[in-house]
Amino acid sequence: MTADAAGVTLDADTAPAADLILRARQVTKRFGGLTAVYDVNLDIARGSIVSLIGPNGAGKTTFFNVIVGIIDPTSGHVSIGGRRLVGRPSRAWLEPVVWIAPATVVAVLTALAWFVTGSPEVAAGGSVIALFALAAMFLAAIIRPHSYVRLLSRNGVFRSAKPNEMVNAGIGRTFQNIRLFANMTALENVLVGMHSKLAASPLDALLSTSRARSEEAAAEQRALQLLSTVGLGGRGSVVARNLPYGDQRRLEVARALASEPSLLLLDEPTAGMNPQETETMMALIKKLRLDLGLSVLLIEHDMRVVMGVSDRISVLDHGELIAEGTPEEIRRDPKVIEAYLGKPPER
Amino acid sequence: MRTDGRRVLRITASVAGALLVAYVVLGVQQFQNFLTLGAIYALVALGYTMVYGIIELINFAHGDVFMVGAFASMWIMTVPLGLADRPIEDPIRLAGVLLIVVVATMLLMGTIGVIIERFAYRPLRHAPRLAPLITAIGVSFILQNIIQAVFSPSPIGVPQVFPRVKIDLLGGSIGVLNIFMVIVALALMLGLQLFVGRTRLGRAMRSTAQDRQAAELMGVDINQTIAITFLIAAALAGAAGVIQGLYFGSIQFNLGFFAGLKAFTAAVLGGIGNTTGAAIGGFVIAFIEVLAAQLGFSRWSEVAVFTVLILVLVFRPSGILGQALGERA
Amino acid sequence: MRSSLAAVVALARRHRSLTILIGWALVGALLPMIVLIPPFSTFQGQGLWIGGFANAGVFILLALGLNIVVGQAGLLDLGYAAFFAIGSYAYAFGASSFTGLHVPFWPMLLIGALAAATFGVLLGAPTLRLRGDYLAIVTLGFGEIVPAVFLNADKYTRGTNGIGGVAQPELPIIGKFTFSDSLPFYVTMVVILALVMVFIYRLQESRLGRAWQAIREDELAASSAGVNTITTKLLAFALGASTAGFAGVFNASKLGIVSPDQFGFAVSFTVLAMVVLGGMGNAWGVAVGAFTLYMIQSVLLKQLNQFFGGLHIPVLQNIDFVQYQFLLYGLALVGMMLLRPEGLFPSRRRQQELHGDADTVDGAGPTAETSDALADR
Repeated sequence: MTADAAGVTLDADTAPAADLILRARQVTKRFGGLTAVYDVNLDIARGSIVSLIGPNGAGKTTFFNVIVGIIDPTSGHVSIGGRRLVGRPSRAWLEPVVWIAPATVVAVLTALAWFVTGSPEVAAGGSVIALFALAAMFLAAIIRPHSYVRLLSRNGVFRSAKPNEMVNAGIGRTFQNIRLFANMTALENVLVGMHSKLAASPLDALLSTSRARSEEAAAEQRALQLLSTVGLGGRGSVVARNLPYGDQRRLEVARALASEPSLLLLDEPTAGMNPQETETMMALIKKLRLDLGLSVLLIEHDMRVVMGVSDRISVLDHGELIAEGTPEEIRRDPKVIEAYLGKPPER
Repeated sequence: MRTDGRRVLRITASVAGALLVAYVVLGVQQFQNFLTLGAIYALVALGYTMVYGIIELINFAHGDVFMVGAFASMWIMTVPLGLADRPIEDPIRLAGVLLIVVVATMLLMGTIGVIIERFAYRPLRHAPRLAPLITAIGVSFILQNIIQAVFSPSPIGVPQVFPRVKIDLLGGSIGVLNIFMVIVALALMLGLQLFVGRTRLGRAMRSTAQDRQAAELMGVDINQTIAITFLIAAALAGAAGVIQGLYFGSIQFNLGFFAGLKAFTAAVLGGIGNTTGAAIGGFVIAFIEVLAAQLGFSRWSEVAVFTVLILVLVFRPSGILGQALGERA
Repeated sequence: MRSSLAAVVALARRHRSLTILIGWALVGALLPMIVLIPPFSTFQGQGLWIGGFANAGVFILLALGLNIVVGQAGLLDLGYAAFFAIGSYAYAFGASSFTGLHVPFWPMLLIGALAAATFGVLLGAPTLRLRGDYLAIVTLGFGEIVPAVFLNADKYTRGTNGIGGVAQPELPIIGKFTFSDSLPFYVTMVVILALVMVFIYRLQESRLGRAWQAIREDELAASSAGVNTITTKLLAFALGASTAGFAGVFNASKLGIVSPDQFGFAVSFTVLAMVVLGGMGNAWGVAVGAFTLYMIQSVLLKQLNQFFGGLHIPVLQNIDFVQYQFLLYGLALVGMMLLRPEGLFPSRRRQQELHGDADTVDGAGPTAETSDALADR
């Protein structure tokens, strides 16, 4: 583990990484005895559209959740824009704190017990235990057994970035089962998405400074613009729950775009859509790449969508990557055809 | 299930060890207090843990259900049974009286528990989380005020029907009353474990706790299952109420608040949703409280218990046992 | 006529802060006059009324603060009285004969709020990542610990007796406020309330207010939209606590004494009832709810006692209505949650949230899952 104080680790082999927006290396996730994702590598080049496909239960969603920081991987790491954000030694400075914590607790308890009982024997015994605890932790830190590493990650020393930190790093995402703020208007949904880009502090808001007011006005303008980008122009004041299904999906995209991401993660964006809505969504994805230079990672069931928009496709099966290539290559890959047994990749 | 024998042995050994430590640390007199308080907290904590396990609601009113149980047992003893405030020496008559009081209180409280669930919580099952929580607080205050109105705002005596007989044990003397209480508590907990583990309704409860929708699809009657959970929880709290009245001799309308908080702490300590954990947690909380009293910090015992609660929630929200034993009920 | 009304409403919308200030000035000026008219004048004298209004103001302030935490950020805080206590004791330590310190009232108002906010952050930082109902229990425990500490640490707080001789505010022209004349306290309270209300509305419509609502609706989605949920919740907690701190300092100086029994669970519960009844999330509704409840408990119930006491009706004349106020609160809370969960004066939003399923458009498909659990992932 190489760690620097800032909690950000640059990858050693950065040669091609410069034009990679996302780089996942040997990501493995186990739930108890079940290995949901095993040793998966994935690269997304800047400005490309990459799809992740696979039969049900192939581990797509788990992998996706690892990338967005909701699930910590058992091993492996993910870098976004060259910064390692998942599986990172994020708070390495905490490690010494973990070393001395047990000894400190024992010492404090000893002091309390000494204070209450007034017997020096107690103090002496407690001090010995405290010293022993300190020595044991140092020993563990040198040997680094598995249990020690687990202790560290449980205390957040190896924590992955949280979803909101991912947003700051340039990731925007949508949800498989739409999670809009159902009682806020479409405009407000997008404004919440802009949260990380706004700078006005609560104090600005309290005093209603000109900075806060002009920023709000500008944000509103931009939010309206985004709404029309995704085809929701003029629907800004509609409460999200009252929007039709397809519009809700597009509003989620607008909300994700509001944080000005460089990589957009779409979790089954066309699930439950009718063919016409699906067409619109496909066009939107292509347009976003063209207009905003976005990179897109798509998790999708609908093969027409996947084959229609992707530059490259990665196929997961039983948690392992079984194929990677252009849509043409994937279409002909025998392993992929086998994985989708009896269900050819193109309908 | 095949390792049952070894597991039982291991658990028995560790419980015996823990009791021995408590006995040595606390001394005879405080040890009795510890056992009784532990039995009360454990029984009440079971109610919190079961209800939380099945509908993920912290039933704030549960401490007050326990309080109502204490008043119900007092009422049953004084009015229908017409008992006076003096010990019953005849063991057979005493046993009969106690049986009637415990069973009647549990039945009455179980009914009240079901009524509360039906009218206060069931309509809100699909409401935002905040709604049933606020309702539970409201129910808590309603119960307190009803008791205050029906009985009295000041403490009320409970007939002391149990003779203050002591037997020699481990070099000290322990009241038979304490032993009786612990046996009642343990019997109820064992009965609960058997019920949850071995019966059809128990299975329904466990499946509902795991995944309500799936259980419903499998033909489990969710409303009935949740009602039964409330029934059992309230009945156990009723039994704890009987113990409270018999042991402390006087009860007041507001005793449920703190007892409930401590029992909830016990449930969290044991890993909420875990019945064994709740029982153990009850005794741990009792130990902390009695120890604080013994060290001369009795005024701080409540502060100590809440500090434990906050620390546990912060550092180990899944509790000591967590879901490790997988006994969500 | 209608168009001019619409114009006024539009103007009020545009100058929200000014409207609130004018509104409070009007309310503040009219209340002392109304009580000169029967039947109010028959209950008690104008001086008593004004004192009562100032006390009601304390509860309105508390309710407005708790509304930030419960109504806007959706965090159930059951130990809110603890922050009230911290504010009060901060003032008692800072300005009373007990400690010998005599910091003036006005800076203490800020110091008390800061002290309460500090404790809010200390409590919130480790616990706000817990699920909502755990938070409720932690705050409940905290609400019990704080008065217990003030009670038991009698060396520093004089225990049950409380700290007496707490100083009153002073102003250049009026001089020192006195217990005999509540009017200065009343005016001060109206000014504080007006300012707090302006701040609350400004926050609500800012980036922070949106983030609170987003968290209340779907924490994971809010986090994935870039909202730092921990700091946002912490801010709600701290702002709520500091409002309680304000109220504490004011209350301590108005009563002149601070003792642990002023901060029991009953206070937290009463304030929660005020927020719920008034309509979670809506500051004006909460203010009206708090005012009404306080007046019911301090005036109406006593009047009922006198009224029925004079009528000689067998059962009713023996009932002490004041004693049953908590029964009424309890019934009101349960009834409210079951029948009208959005409160008497709901905010537009809460109404939608709580009656949501009714107005979903047909064929809109599955709507957003607002559960905070990650169970499905």
